[in-house]
Amino acid sequence: MRVKPKKTRIEKHHIEDFLGRIYMSFCVLLLIVIIVSMVYFVASKGIANFVSGEMKVSDFLFGSKWAPEADTPSYGALPFITGSFLVTLLAALIASPLSICAALFMTEIVPGWGKKLLQPVIELLSGIPSVVYGFVGLSVIVPFLRNTFPGQGIGVAAGALVLSVMILPTITSVAADALASLPQNLKESSFALGATRWQTISRVILPTTLPAIMTGVVLGMARAFGEALAVQMVIGNAPFVPRSLFESASTLTSVITLSMGNTTMGSPQNNALWSMALVLMLMTFIFVLLVRMLERRNKI
Amino acid sequence: MKPRTADKIATTLIVFFALLIVAILVGLLGYILVRGLNHISWDFLTSAPQKIRAGGGVGPQLFNSLYLLVLTLIITVPLGLGAGIYMAEYARPGKITGFIRLIVEVLSSFPSIVVGLFGLLLIVNYFDLGFSLISGAIALTFFNLPLMVRITEQAFRTVPKQQKEAGFALGLSKWKIVTSVLLPVALPTIITGTILSAGRVFGEAAALMFTAGMSSPRLNFSDWNPLHSNSPLNPFRPAETLAVHIWKVNSEGLAPDAMQIAAGASAVLVIMVLLFNLLARYFGRFIYRKLTASKRMN
Amino acid sequence: MGTAAAVRESFQTENLSIFYGTYEAVKGISLPFAQNTVTALIGPSGCGKSTFLRSLNRMNDDISGSTTKGSIWIDGVDINASGTDVIKLRQKIGMVWQKPNPFYKSIYDNIAFGPKYHGIKGKAALDEIVESSLRRAALWDEVKDRLKDSALALSGGQQQRLCIARALSVNPQILLLDEPASALDPVSTGKVEELIKELKEELRIVIVTHNMQQAARISDYTAYFYLGSLVEYDKTEKVFSNPENQMTQEYIMGRFG
Repeated sequence: MRVKPKKTRIEKHHIEDFLGRIYMSFCVLLLIVIIVSMVYFVASKGIANFVSGEMKVSDFLFGSKWAPEADTPSYGALPFITGSFLVTLLAALIASPLSICAALFMTEIVPGWGKKLLQPVIELLSGIPSVVYGFVGLSVIVPFLRNTFPGQGIGVAAGALVLSVMILPTITSVAADALASLPQNLKESSFALGATRWQTISRVILPTTLPAIMTGVVLGMARAFGEALAVQMVIGNAPFVPRSLFESASTLTSVITLSMGNTTMGSPQNNALWSMALVLMLMTFIFVLLVRMLERRNKI
Repeated sequence: MKPRTADKIATTLIVFFALLIVAILVGLLGYILVRGLNHISWDFLTSAPQKIRAGGGVGPQLFNSLYLLVLTLIITVPLGLGAGIYMAEYARPGKITGFIRLIVEVLSSFPSIVVGLFGLLLIVNYFDLGFSLISGAIALTFFNLPLMVRITEQAFRTVPKQQKEAGFALGLSKWKIVTSVLLPVALPTIITGTILSAGRVFGEAAALMFTAGMSSPRLNFSDWNPLHSNSPLNPFRPAETLAVHIWKVNSEGLAPDAMQIAAGASAVLVIMVLLFNLLARYFGRFIYRKLTASKRMN
Repeated sequence: MGTAAAVRESFQTENLSIFYGTYEAVKGISLPFAQNTVTALIGPSGCGKSTFLRSLNRMNDDISGSTTKGSIWIDGVDINASGTDVIKLRQKIGMVWQKPNPFYKSIYDNIAFGPKYHGIKGKAALDEIVESSLRRAALWDEVKDRLKDSALALSGGQQQRLCIARALSVNPQILLLDEPASALDPVSTGKVEELIKELKEELRIVIVTHNMQQAARISDYTAYFYLGSLVEYDKTEKVFSNPENQMTQEYIMGRFG
């Protein structure tokens, strides 16, 4: 004898679950709306100059002359693009070895107090605001470079040095996590074969964890590429492709920081700045993609 | 080279570089505090800045930073909780969840200057909120929300799943389980993470230059009606924060003591961030003890 | 099969199958659970007995990729049907797990939480439920002076009895126990077994256990599962003294599993 299930009445728990779901869906939807509109707005502004024919994509990307206020204005962004890539790569070159050493120190050399010492150091370094880094760079690194090398001290070298300290924590913490998650027997079998610690590190540990460490490096580079104020404060802001590390230069972020407030919305010069913002955004996508690819390799 | 010699050299180098990082931090903090602390006084912390004369303070900026932080958290925390809980407890593995995860990752990777520009375009111009505290708070929400989502999700994932099952078996609704059983357990981690993210928000400048603005109107600190234009609490007034002020003083400061002001303000900023760090640590431990030890709880 | 379902019990499964993806973890099982009895589900690890138990209050719903076929009848209603109000259903069916899982709340709140949610108001009424539930779980005397303490401060055995008291607090008709004593010391185990015998006077109990002596001591009926199928089901004395199936005999004698 089959009694049909009673049509369920709407009860308190139904309403609760329903409202809860509505609320959460709203939050998630908002996230999606934010990102979609962000991409849409920046992209539509960023391509405005190309659409109106004010400038050509190739002239923008590869033109080395930035003279938006000249009689025949030219909007070559090459100086800023090279500047951005240059400081980012240099910062990664300086910071990566340091960070890997720090991670090895925490996990392999003295796992106990090494971690206790460096963990808070890393956390504090990552907590220091970027304007403070800029301020210290301006009042310590720039004078130091000025007294040691030719030039005014400001420039790509100063920017890269400041950025390298800023991305140390990112690379170190990712690398330390990777090293810590390494299976213990991998090391033990190497030691059992009579290998020294350095042999084990250089032949077993580092090769196995390389993709994960590279993830950290890419994350650090993403941060360096997008950092605005600290770099702007020490790089000098001359709109030329740098010929020396100790010469005033610019990055995408620094020129946006300086000029966005001084140009009229919708003017070709303003739109050219938006095109640079679009480049920054596209680079973010590339960095995220790289991280994802490295993570996938790491899983296998 | 003999393996043993190589091992010794490598170990020495690793230790040297690791200690170098410690030295960098110590030097950095030492420099900021030594240079800044002797410029910090009650007067510096409370008085308004001077344009071209010496002796200006950072009172309004400090207030703006704190007020903006509160506004941001009021918007971010509920939204981040909602989306984070969805990711941890409701989302089923699949394409949509993967897509949302990607969105959170991308949003958290955007340079803060791009977030600021977007705020300028959408909030300041399009919604016509102008350079204002509320514009700044919304921009900082874009900046902080992905982190908040991640903190919440991770905190919920650390709650043993048996807690959820016990709730189900009692015939509780899922929402009730989430809010009354899981949330209290996840709360210490969420609070710790939120305080740490607050430190990040507090020091952020690039996202604020074009949203909260780079100036502050003359504030009347005896008028606390949020609707008055000179009231510090008015969310629709422009507000230069401490971090933005440091940038501005450094790059275009005209006062003769600009560098000292920057040093003092930097020290204040760093001390605040240190406080957030300590608070997060202490608070996390405190709550954890309260929850797990045999102490009385209500 | 011992007793065919000629007369439908007020609680029984009919051709219940559970799939994880395409893997059939439980294969078309029909089992009755009589009032005021304890039914023990035994069998080697991975035989599907825990999965079966969890499906009885639709706990598998939350596992993605799991599907259930067949029926679970309670008082003439198939609770496996799609329109079932699962949350309401679970009030009728309490559950206790292998590892004690008290809420991170006070002892009092652990018990009062469910009833409060289901609409019991007033401190006096809640106090009474807390006391009676704890008494029924034989825990009252040990904790009555520290009801405001954290439940996590209790010993493992006490926590498990607290979980039983919590399950009783919403007045279930059926109690599902998933190896409730396997993580406990012998003394606590004895207490929990004692408790199960007392509780069956008021409700029906289904228990999964790996401990043969325990199954023999406390259950009225025993079902032997193997690779997702029901091999043997009968009165416990019969299964333990004179099983029909060779495999059952060997498992009970401890020759495999």
